[in-house]
Parts: sequence; C-alpha cells; structure tokens
Amino acid sequence: MKKLTGLIVFLVILYIALAIAVPSQGFALNNYNLAERIGQYGIISLGAALVIITGGIDLSIGSVVVLSATACAILLTDKGFGLDPTIALPLVLGGGAVIGLIHGLLITKMNLPPFMVTLCGLFIYRGVARTISGNMSKGIGNQCSELRHFLYEGDVFGLPRFLVIYIILAIIAAIFLHFSVYGRYFYAIGGNEKAAKYSGIATDKYKILSYVLCSMLAAFFGILFLMKNNAVTPSSDGFFLELYAIAGAVLGGCSLRGGEGTVIGITIGTAIMWILPNLTNMWGVPSELEFIVIGSALLLGAIMDEKLRPVNSTS
Amino acid sequence: MAYLLEAKQICKSFPGLQALNNVDLKVNKGEILAVVGENGAGKSTLMKILGGVINPDSGEILLDGQTVNIASIPQAQKLGIALIHQELNLAENLDVAANIFLGQEPRRGGILRLIDNKIYDLANQIMQELGLNCSPHALVSELSVGQKQLVEIARALSFQFRILIMDEPTASLSLEESNRLFGIIKVLKEKDVTVLYISHRLKEIEEIADRVLVLRDGLNSGELQKSEIKHEAMVRLMVGRELKQFFQHAHRVQKTAELLLHVEALRYLENQKPITFDIRPGEIVGMSGLAGSGRTELAETIAGVRPMLTGEIILSSQYISINSTADAINAGIFLVPEDRRLHGLVLSASVKDNILLGSLNSIGYLGLIPLHGGDSLAKDMREKLAIKTPSVDQQVGYLSGGNQQKVVLAKWLCRKPRVLIFDEPTQGIDVGAKAEIYALMDELAKDGIGILMISSDLEEIIHVSDRVLVMHHSAIAGELVGQNISEESIMNLATGGTVAA
Repeated sequence: MKKLTGLIVFLVILYIALAIAVPSQGFALNNYNLAERIGQYGIISLGAALVIITGGIDLSIGSVVVLSATACAILLTDKGFGLDPTIALPLVLGGGAVIGLIHGLLITKMNLPPFMVTLCGLFIYRGVARTISGNMSKGIGNQCSELRHFLYEGDVFGLPRFLVIYIILAIIAAIFLHFSVYGRYFYAIGGNEKAAKYSGIATDKYKILSYVLCSMLAAFFGILFLMKNNAVTPSSDGFFLELYAIAGAVLGGCSLRGGEGTVIGITIGTAIMWILPNLTNMWGVPSELEFIVIGSALLLGAIMDEKLRPVNSTS
Repeated sequence: MAYLLEAKQICKSFPGLQALNNVDLKVNKGEILAVVGENGAGKSTLMKILGGVINPDSGEILLDGQTVNIASIPQAQKLGIALIHQELNLAENLDVAANIFLGQEPRRGGILRLIDNKIYDLANQIMQELGLNCSPHALVSELSVGQKQLVEIARALSFQFRILIMDEPTASLSLEESNRLFGIIKVLKEKDVTVLYISHRLKEIEEIADRVLVLRDGLNSGELQKSEIKHEAMVRLMVGRELKQFFQHAHRVQKTAELLLHVEALRYLENQKPITFDIRPGEIVGMSGLAGSGRTELAETIAGVRPMLTGEIILSSQYISINSTADAINAGIFLVPEDRRLHGLVLSASVKDNILLGSLNSIGYLGLIPLHGGDSLAKDMREKLAIKTPSVDQQVGYLSGGNQQKVVLAKWLCRKPRVLIFDEPTQGIDVGAKAEIYALMDELAKDGIGILMISSDLEEIIHVSDRVLVMHHSAIAGELVGQNISEESIMNLATGGTVAA
C-alpha cells in the first residue's frame, strides 16, 4: 500500500510538471497521444506482469509482437490468404497462445529456466517473422479500413481507442488477479511455489497459463501495432518492447521475486514510464538521454522497493 | 480388527542415503500414534510418503484394507489425509485467511470462480479455536514463527480429513499454545480422527499418544503400547545402545580461567536483550533452543554473515571488529552452516575445489591458481578426515551427507581455525558418520580450538557438550554445567521456564 501511494504521488507530480511544461494550445493533443501510448504499452505490461507475478520472466514479447503483426498482415492481405478479420485475428491470437504454451511446457515440464526459454524465443520468432515476410516490410495498405476503424481510428467519448481497449483488459485482469481463485494461485506460486504445491494447487498448469496469456497479449499488441502503423518491418520494428513491458510492470510494483503487483500499479507504472520521456522532451532534454531517464527511474524504483521491504522476510 | 491405514515394507532412498528400509506402520481409527526417532531416522520421509508429497521406491499402502496409490498431495487430500509439514510452507505475501484456504477457497460467481469473502469469517473461527490471535487479514510475513506454525495447523484443520499427520507441530510453539493444540487433538480423537504425531518432545508423547512407533536409521526399531510409553523406553529404542557408546563423552569442567572467545552484549535485532557468553580453549559449548529461538542468527552474526548492531567480540584478549565473513575468517572464526548444501558447499564443484575454496589466496600466485595447486593439501585433508569419495575430483553433490559435512569441515581446517561454530552438525547424517564427526570435534577441542555447537538434537547436546547454553526468544535463557545438563532442564529453559537448581 505504501508503494502504491508513493507511485500515485510521483505520477501526480510528473503530470503537474507536464501541464506546466506543455504549451496550453498543445496540451490536449499531447494528452491524447500520451493516453494512446499508455493504453497501447499497458497491454504488454499486463502480460509481462502476469508472468512476473508467478515468479517467471518473458523476454520474447517484442519478437512475438513483430511475428504476430507480420503474420496478421500476411493473413489479411497476401494473395492466397486475404482472410476475413474474423478468421485472421483469432488465428493470430491462437498463434500467440501456442507460443506461450510452448514456453510454459518447456519451463514446467523440462525444468528449463524461464530466462533461457524466452531468450531463445526472442531470437527465433524474429527470425521466423523475417523469413515469412521475405525480410521485407509487410503492409495492409488501405485495405481492412473497417478493422482499423474498429480498433484504432477515432476516439470513444474523447478517449483514444487503445486506451479504451486497455481499460477493458485491465478490468478483466483486475478481476482475474485480485478476486478470482486463479489470481490467488498466481500470487501463491510467486510467493512460495512449494507452499502452493503442498496446498494441492496444480502449479504447472497456472504457470503455463501465465505464459499463454502473456504471449496472447503480445500477439494482440502486434495486431494493434499493425493497425496503427499500417505496416510492419520485421528487421527493425519492435525492438526492446519486452524491456518496456517489464519495466512498466516493475516500476508499477511487481517484484521480480514474484508474488507482488497490482493492476492499478502496473497502469501507473506504465504511465510514469511514458510521461517521463515526454516531460524531459518538453524540457528540451535531448532525446538521446531518454533511455538514461527511464533507466534511472527504474533503478530508483528498485532501490525504494528494497528499502520498503519488511526486514523479517529476507530468509 | 482391520487397520484404518497400513503401510507395508516401505522403502525410499535418496542419493547416498537409504532413508527408509522396509518400514511398516499400522494405525487404527481414532488412534493417536506417535512416531519418534532421532533426526534422520526417516520419520518425515515416511510421513511425506503417506501425505503424497513424495513417492516410495517400493512398498504398499492400504486404506480401509484396500490398496491405494497416493501419488500426489491432492490425491492424499481426496483420501482424507492431511499433512502438517515440519518446515513452514506458507505464501508469506498473502494474508492469513488466504493461506489457510489456499487450494480450497470457498467460491462464488460460477465460472469466474471468485473468492468468497466469507473466507475471513471461516478463518476467524478456526483461528479462535487454535488461539491464533491476529487478524485474518494480516500478512503472514508479519507474523511470529509460532503464529506461522499455527497458520500451518489451521490450514490442515480447514478441510475434512480422516487422518491428520503432524510433523513436529510444536517445534516453535509456546507451552500454552502447545497445550491448546493437545486439547484440539483430543477433540479430534473423540470424533474418530486418526492422528499421526511426530515430535522430539517425549514428554508430549507421554501425555497424548495411544501407541508409539520408533524408527531408527530408516528401520522399524520397535513399538510401545500405551502402558509402556515411558521416556527411557523411547530413548532406548531411538538411540540404541551402540550409539551411546560411540560418543559417550565426559563433561569436562574447564579449570583454566583463560578465555578464547568472549562475546559481550551482542545484539543482532533491535529491542533485543544483549547476549553475553564465552568459550574457553578446548571447550565444546552446546547451544540448545527451539527452532526460531535465534541460535542460527547468533551464529551468523558472530561469523559476519549478519550485521552486528551492538556488542563486542574479544578473541584471546584482543578486540576484533567483524563486519563481514572475511573479517571473521581472517580472525579464525569459522561457521559450519546449518544447510550445508545451500550455504556450506558448491554442490556442482569437486571435492578438491570445495576444500580449497577458503584457501585459494595462499595457493595462487598473482591471483592465478596453478594447475595442480593445492592437490596435495586436498588429498591430505581427505585422508585426515577419512572422506569417502572415489577421488578428490568427484562432484561434492554425489557424496553422502556425512562426507559432505566433512568436506565443509576440511575447508576450514586448511585455514587453522581458532573458533569453530557448528550449526546442526549432524542433521540428516547416518549414525556411523555422526560418531566420526563427534570424534573429530573432540580431537579439535583437544588441540585447543573452541567449539560452539548448535543442535536441536538433545541427545547430541547432552552427550557432546562440556557446557550448555540455552536460547529462548533471542536471548540466553540459561547455562547448564556438569550434572545439571539434562533433557528436562534444557527443555525447561528452551520453553521459557527456569531451572530448579
């Protein structure tokens, strides 16, 4: 609770600073863009958080995003496919689920470290994306305008669509994590996997589920990426996305030790991560310093986290 | 009459250790069967097999006369068998109620499987029965060790079972809490629940058990009917005469006034009563106390693992400052840690590399280690301590517990120790190797090394120590010398009582 209060205070301070820094005629537009970005990246932060809460890690998110976006573009527009979105989208999301299932099985049944499994995934899926695209950009041109309109274009009650989508997903995630039995098991596994096992919980099943959900959310992000940019370039798009996703979750109070984190925290963490560079940019700090700012904020968060930790839980 | 639960010819081995060798166990409906034995006798292993935590290598388990296969914990629970583990297995990041009902939460919301808030009321009922005085909303990480133990017990009581297995449930409970637990056990017995009860506190067993099953070194050692349950009878079956002869050791009363190590007003916790004690050269000081009484923390503070808040350490009349393990080691104070596999050894490295780990600076030149540097030292140590290994290049993880412990010891003997602190030196070690470790400690003491031996094994404390310190609530509750060293006087001090002189 202390952690969450600290985060909210930090966010409010940043936002006030931003309101001062941005010229008033551009403030509404800046807010809109910021909200869209937070909504978009919040989706993968939620995915990363599900895995982190169970005590795992997923480094393959960026590559899954690129592979899904590429596959989606091909399924929707390539000759020989040209599938209807009602078929193509479930296929892409299902592909994400299969990737997560493979991660989960390798980690639980073969006892491989999550870091290793998803690091391999990071290389492999990007390679697959470059191969199936012939190492070229894949675009959807001006086709699929209905789908693009549904997912991306225009606002809903003044809010960007990505943010609305994120809010819906966040509410589902909050019910899942904080009120359902499944969520309780996620936290128990992250807190003490042996205790969970001794309580008769099928720990493997829930760990696998966390990777499946994470990869599905990454695949969904890939679809949204394609809608926003109209095209995807597998050789250059989506680098570092997994690190943004993890950073947002951790900044929002998820402990890499597992067993900690809230949906509201993750949302605030993601918001802080995108307001911070926005703010420094407005202050005229050169953009090459952006990573230094994000890295420093993350480090500060980690230090605060360690300082707030109860002393008796170190054993 | 048919037994409710029957285990026949159960065998289980772990690398380097035959934990159970054709062990039989029978128990009736509504009976309280105590299972006793020394550390490493196989009690916990047997209970884990009955609770579905581990699977036996061979043997048969019958429930109501029918062969059953208890392959997993959920299966055991389905059969009505609940197990309270010896070690705490709680999710410290969750609250008390969540831990009590973990895995069997009352649900609502159909397919959404939401957790019903009545979980807190239900938890409260069980907690009151047990005398667990905290909020069901409290985080488990904020509870005391005794309270955590009660949460563990509450968890077992929260569901329907016919057989309740309790593995040292009172290890960290106060007397009052223990008595309340016995009351609950008696109520359960009236409801025809069968209880398998493991404890090192033989007095408890005299009080509550209907029958006693004794294990020794993974074998059935004997059984006692209600009328035969006496302290001496149990000890005789547990220890066996040969072991007593192995390490019978006269309590040497030190005549010399010279002190080797003097610890003055040491504190490792805020709000802690300062700890003062000393060790004379050639003395083996036993340190007893219940789990969680702070023995390990004290040892770790002296060895520089934990920060010392206040206090002074004087070694041979010289003040020394210990801020790190390196400081302690350079002063000649070495710790043989409780969990040797986790803190004492690099399991994946060879016997030789482990032995030399503390002495690399003296072997190497300019930070480089010669190809065969230290070979002879490692071989000398292997011979001196009679470490049983095919070669010093063997991975230490493949050695038996006793030989692993010797490797930890060898690491320190390379460095000329002045004070050795042993934390549970013979936990999980077979009888033969135990005797060897005791003989080694005796020899080291004769060379003038001061030894502090922490142990939960009362027999060990009584037979090996020259003097005994007992800890309770992170303070030294008392000191026992000579004839005053007895199981009763130690338990009394350890549970907060005083000693009748």
